[in-house]
Order: sequence, then structure tokens, then C-alpha cells
Amino acid sequence: MAESASPGTPPPGFTGIVSDWSSDQTTFKGAGWGKPMMWLFILSDIFIFGMFLLGYMAARMSTTDPWPDASAVFALNMFGMQIPLLLIAIMTFILISSSGTMALAVKYGYERNRKVCGRLILATAALGAVFVGMQAFEWSILIADGVRPWANPWGAAQFGATFFLITGFHGTHVTIGVIALLYMYRKVMRGDLDDGRPGAVTGRKGRWEMVEILGLYWHFVDLVWVFIFAFFYLW
Amino acid sequence: MAELGHDATSYAPPREQPEMELPHSHSFWTTYVFSQDAKTIAIQYSVTAISVGLLALLLSILIRLQLGFPNTFSLIDPSTYLQYVTMHGMIMVVYLLTALFLGGFGNYFIPLMIGARDMAFPWLNMLSFWFYFVSVLILVASFFVPGGPTGAGWTLYPPQLISEGTPGIHGGVILMMVSLGVFIAGFTMGGLNYVVTILQYRTRGMTLMRMPLTIWGIFMATLLALLAFPALLVAALMVLLDHLAGTSFFMPAMFSMGEQLPHEGGSPLLFQHLFWFFGHPEVYIVALPAFGVVSDILATHARRNIFGYRMMVWALIAIGGLSFVVWAHHMYVSGMNPYFGFLFATTTLIIAVPTAIKVYNWVLTLWHGNIRLEIPMLFAIGFIFTFINGGMTGLFLGNVTVDVPLADTYFVVGHFHMVMALAPVMTIFAAIYHWYPKITGRMLHEGMGKIHFWVTFIGAYAIFLPMHYLGLAGVPRRYYAYGESSPFIGESVVTLNAFITVAAVLVAAAQLMFIYNLIRSRKHGKEAGPNPWNANTLEWQTEHTPPTHGNFGKELPVVYRWPYDYGVPGAKYDFIPQNVPPEEVEMIDEGVRRT
Repeated sequence: MAESASPGTPPPGFTGIVSDWSSDQTTFKGAGWGKPMMWLFILSDIFIFGMFLLGYMAARMSTTDPWPDASAVFALNMFGMQIPLLLIAIMTFILISSSGTMALAVKYGYERNRKVCGRLILATAALGAVFVGMQAFEWSILIADGVRPWANPWGAAQFGATFFLITGFHGTHVTIGVIALLYMYRKVMRGDLDDGRPGAVTGRKGRWEMVEILGLYWHFVDLVWVFIFAFFYLW
Repeated sequence: MAELGHDATSYAPPREQPEMELPHSHSFWTTYVFSQDAKTIAIQYSVTAISVGLLALLLSILIRLQLGFPNTFSLIDPSTYLQYVTMHGMIMVVYLLTALFLGGFGNYFIPLMIGARDMAFPWLNMLSFWFYFVSVLILVASFFVPGGPTGAGWTLYPPQLISEGTPGIHGGVILMMVSLGVFIAGFTMGGLNYVVTILQYRTRGMTLMRMPLTIWGIFMATLLALLAFPALLVAALMVLLDHLAGTSFFMPAMFSMGEQLPHEGGSPLLFQHLFWFFGHPEVYIVALPAFGVVSDILATHARRNIFGYRMMVWALIAIGGLSFVVWAHHMYVSGMNPYFGFLFATTTLIIAVPTAIKVYNWVLTLWHGNIRLEIPMLFAIGFIFTFINGGMTGLFLGNVTVDVPLADTYFVVGHFHMVMALAPVMTIFAAIYHWYPKITGRMLHEGMGKIHFWVTFIGAYAIFLPMHYLGLAGVPRRYYAYGESSPFIGESVVTLNAFITVAAVLVAAAQLMFIYNLIRSRKHGKEAGPNPWNANTLEWQTEHTPPTHGNFGKELPVVYRWPYDYGVPGAKYDFIPQNVPPEEVEMIDEGVRRT
């Protein structure tokens, strides 16, 4: 540290924040506009998922019927025995792994390693697609067991309603992410991000930052899953 | 030696951002329809918002004719009455005020006032307008579906919202929810742009603490909207599922029309919490831009710097933060835990502190000012009146024990129309009269403007002040007819209701004259010149009036001072625009220059 932390002086991190926010032109130095916009979108989306989860908690607490037992409902019947949370453990593992491939894609992107970056983006998309597929499989098991948005065999009707709504909303996010990743794969492989070729829809010039921005979204969707997992499967 | 400006500096920092990527238009369609220029988008937003606002005004006149002369006009029946009340409220709050302040004023003024060429992501900005446009179409379409629009009140409380017997439960509710969803998606696209543009695209020298208060107000309001609309979106989705998929998020077990409904175990209170978690910040989404605009107009037309600029900024931030912890003061009589009432009454009274600071500062800005009673100024002063009035009655309703007898009476109607309808609408008029010369290059007709102001201002008091009396007399709101013979409704109530209706019709007529003025002055107004009010902010310093695509010429302006250098002692002119360097400020004595 260049500045010595003598008593009475604020820590350098603090003075850095103050000087950024009191400066002219840009508040987030060197961040452009794309990353701040994605962070802000994520903040807004956090409120959406936060409201969903709070609504779920309120519904669970105010309903008069007993809540179904998660470890029984979400158990897979394999090898002649009920293994609780097996499917969901695999799904979670896959989604978290996709965050790893995404992070590597960003790294290779900034190193201008087009091929490796593209393949990692494709791997991320594939893992995401597998996650959505397994989610569809889980939904089909639950539906076969008789879970409906308006009723289920074990207790409070709100179980099915909140489960389908919130995992569905999250699954939609993953699906949108997979589509965006496939689109980004094409852009990366074609070299759009190197030559600044304008996008077909928005007309914005390609930049390597785009991979990182998409990565922010993808990590956020993963993080949301951790909360959904905790609230639906472990509570 | 007089202090020239607020932290004035001759140092112009080097440019940090690269030049913006501006999408240039090549055809009629991309210039006027699918335009990516924030100014065109702003005008599209404003015209759409004002048009749908006129529809809501018409609805309110139909409501008033029924209330004032219940046996004379038979234009509407009880169902349509409820539907018109609902649509009037929803259109005015969301589709007019939110869209006009943020989509309209935000788009026009953010790039111009902070010295940017456009929004950060113009394409998304364009998409934002088209989502808004579609949401308005969907909303208006609900008038034409079987059963008509929903009639559950703009607060849309379930279980009434989707129970048999409420008008418009078939198509109307669905269209309302879908329309809100589309609106929120569209608004989010615009809102992301407004915030990021303000944070990342200010010109050289434009620090956050040199931004005009208009921009501060829009900035805070957009942040609130980005965090508050999610609650409404979630509530709308859940209502849709309750209605279409038979879920029971908000629907308890209940009997309706002699049979038990399939719903069970839902919580109507949950909806109210979600709705007001959106609904209370929504009040400030509308109010904060109004605060900002009024501050700028008062300072410009009083030729005096805004009193306590920093305090004004911090008050905006404080109000923004506190607005998320006061929502349940709308729910004192909802049946929630009474201890919440204590908590939320306390936070409600705390939020009055920064609000009062702002009011004092506006009044102190006028103190010893060189006040010019031009039309924007008249409306801005009108805003101070109506806002203080509405704020005062807010103290009554914010306290649980006073609120309980007043809840759901005309006192509430009078209160929120004073504070949330009149105050922002006065600001919108002030802003239009103030900035119309920049947007079109011509002044609005002054005589018509004066008539418009006085009819609107006095008429608005004639409408809403008696409502407080009606409320204290116990007249409940949302009733189609009261019946003259009722022992609870006195003769004076009937007379007052008729009086209010007459005033409302007059005020509405004045608005038509205003619309005529807007259209007429577009071609026949007096030439305005680039800076008719001698204002300091950057939008008045553009090369062209109206500003062209890209806003500024080859070079972006450099900012040397805050926007409130009016009547600086020693300076030759009573205003020093933000982009005038200290060494170029003309002084009375040519020999005296600031070093």
C-alpha cells in the first residue's frame, strides 16, 4: 500500500470510491456502458426473484394444509430404493460446472483465443441445455405423481403453484441464456468480436467485453438457482 | 471578489470515454418511426402518454357527471362506473405519469443536460418505447373485450379482482395484467439506459454534484422504478395464474354466489404487500422527477441559485431509500398485524423530514429572487401549493389512529389527488411550457397559457379541497350513487358533489385549450431563439434549436460550473451557462477578472 494507514485517514479503498463517484464523465472507470447495464439488470432481476421467494415463504407460512416433505417428493427411485435429492444434486452440479466453463470462456476471450473461447461457450450452452432438459424430466416425474399447480396428493396446493412458477421462471432464464450463448458462439467463431462487425439485431459493434457481459448474466442465473435449491429442496 | 459558481475550476479534465456509436437513420421509417434518437423517442413517449391521459381525463369526467348529477345523466351504469374508476387510476398513475416523466422527459433531457450525444444503448431505448406502445394498445383493447376492462379499482385487490360479480373478470383482468407485464419489461429497458447514461456518459467537467436537479430526480426515480416494478410483475403473474391456472396464491377458501370456490389457502394480504411494495415507491417515481423539474424551473425563473443544492440532492436520495420502507401505511385497515402500523407510521413520519427540507428550499429559493411570473413559473409555484396541501393531509393519513376513520373516504381521494395527481401534473405543465421552445423552436401562446394556469389551479382547488370535507363527513369512495334520502349523507354533500363536477368540467375544458395551444404553436408560435429563458443548463446551449441528432456539434461541451449561477454578484449578465469557462465570464468592471 502506497498510502500508510495512519490513524484518522480513511482507507484507500474508501477514498477510491469517493473519488470515482465525485469525478466527472464516468463513475465506473473503464467499465464502458455494457457491464454497468447488465449489473443493474441483475439488481432488478434480484428483486424479481426475491419477490418470488418471499411470496413462496409467505404462501408456505399462511397456508392451512401441511407442506409436502421435500426429501420424499424429490426422491428418485433407483436400484430399488428411494434416493432423496439425487436428480437435483446432479442438476445443481451441472449448472455450477457451467459457471466454470463460462468463466474460462471469458478468460480465453480476453486472451483473443477465439477457438477455445468458442468451444467453452458451446460447452456452457450444452450444460445449460442439459440442465433445462433435466428440469423438464423432473417436472414430468412430478406431474406423473399427480402434482398440479392447483393441487397435489400430499398437502398444500401452494406447493405445486410456487414450484412450477419459480422453477419455470428460472428455467426460462436458463433457456434465454442458452440461446444467447449459442448466438455468442456464432459471433465468436465468425470473428465478429475481433473485427467489430455490427450485430444483426442491435447494430452494435462486436467487442470481447460482450462475452463477459453474457457471463455476468449466466453466473447470476446460477446463483439464483442456489437460492431456489435451498428454499425448495432443503427447507 | 464574488465567488463564481459552485466549485468553479478552470481545469478541464481530459476526455475519458470514446465517442458514442450513434446509429444514423437513412430513411423515413428509421428517422420518424423506429427512431433510435432519444429525442424522437421522447416525443413518441410523450404523445402516447398524453393521448392515453386524455382518455383517462374523459373517464374522470364521466365519473364526475355521475357523482354530481346522479339522476340527470344516465351515461354509465354501476359496472362501467367501477371500470372507469379503475382505468382512470391505472392510466393516470402508470401509463401517463410514469411514462411521461421517465420515458418522455427522461429521454429528452438526460443526454442533453449531462452533455451526451444519446442514450448508452439507443436500440434498447427504441424497443422500450415500442413495448410501452404495445402495452397501451393492450390496455385500451380491454375496453372492447366482452365484459370490458376490470373494475376492481386501480389497486386490483384479489379476491375481489377475480371473483364473479366484479366487472371485467374475464378478458379485462387478463389484458390488464398482460399490459402491466409488457409495460414493466419496456420500462426496464428504458430505465437501464437512463441510469447507465447518467453514470457513464457525462461530459467533461460534469460531476454528479453539478448535474441539474431534474437529472437527479429522474435518476433516483428510475432506480426506484427498477427495484419496485418487480413486485408488481410478480403480483401480476401470480394473479394471472390464480385466474387462469386455478392456483391459490392470493385466493383464500371462500364462498361466492352460493358455492365454494376451488381456491384454498391463499393470502390476499400477500398481494397487498406486493402491490404496495411497488405502489409506494411508485408515488415517488412520479414525485422525484417532479421535484427535480420544479427546482430547475424555480431557480431559472427566480433568477436565483437553488437554495441548498447539496441538501436537495441528499434529500432526493433519502426519500428514495425511505420510500421502500413505508409501503404498509396503505394497509392500516387491511387486517395486518397492528404492530406493523406503528412501525410504518414511524417511517412515514421520517420520510416527511427530507420532503419538508425540499419544500423549505424551494420557498427559500424564491426569497429575494428576481421572480418572473412567466407561465412555467406560475405552474411551478402552483406545484408548491398543491404539494404542501397534499403533504399536510398526508400527515393525517400516515398516522394509524387518524387514518382508520378516514380510510376509504373522500379524504383519501382529495389527499392523493392533491399530492400525486395535481402536484406532478402542475410540474408537467410547467415543464412543457418551459421546454417547448427548445423542443420545437417556438413559444407557446402566453395568453392561453395564463388562462390555462388560472383555470387549472383554481379549478383544481375547487375540485379537491371540498373532497376533504366530504371525507370528514364520512362519504365513502368508489360508490356509484349515494342516494339523497340516506340518513348518513347530508344535503350539503349532494350540493358539493354537483359543485365539484362543474369545476371538473371547466378544468377539463382548459386542458383541451392547452392541447390546442400545443398544436397551434408548433407552426404559429413566436420564434423562441436558442435560450428564451436565459437558462444555464446545457440543453439551452446547443448549436441548433431544436437539437439535431447527436445533440451537440462537433465537440461536446465542457462544464465548468453548477447549473445555478443566476444573479452572480459582479457578473455582467444574470446568468452564466454551465459551459462558460471562468476566464470568459464577463464582469461589470472589465478590469476585474477572476484569476
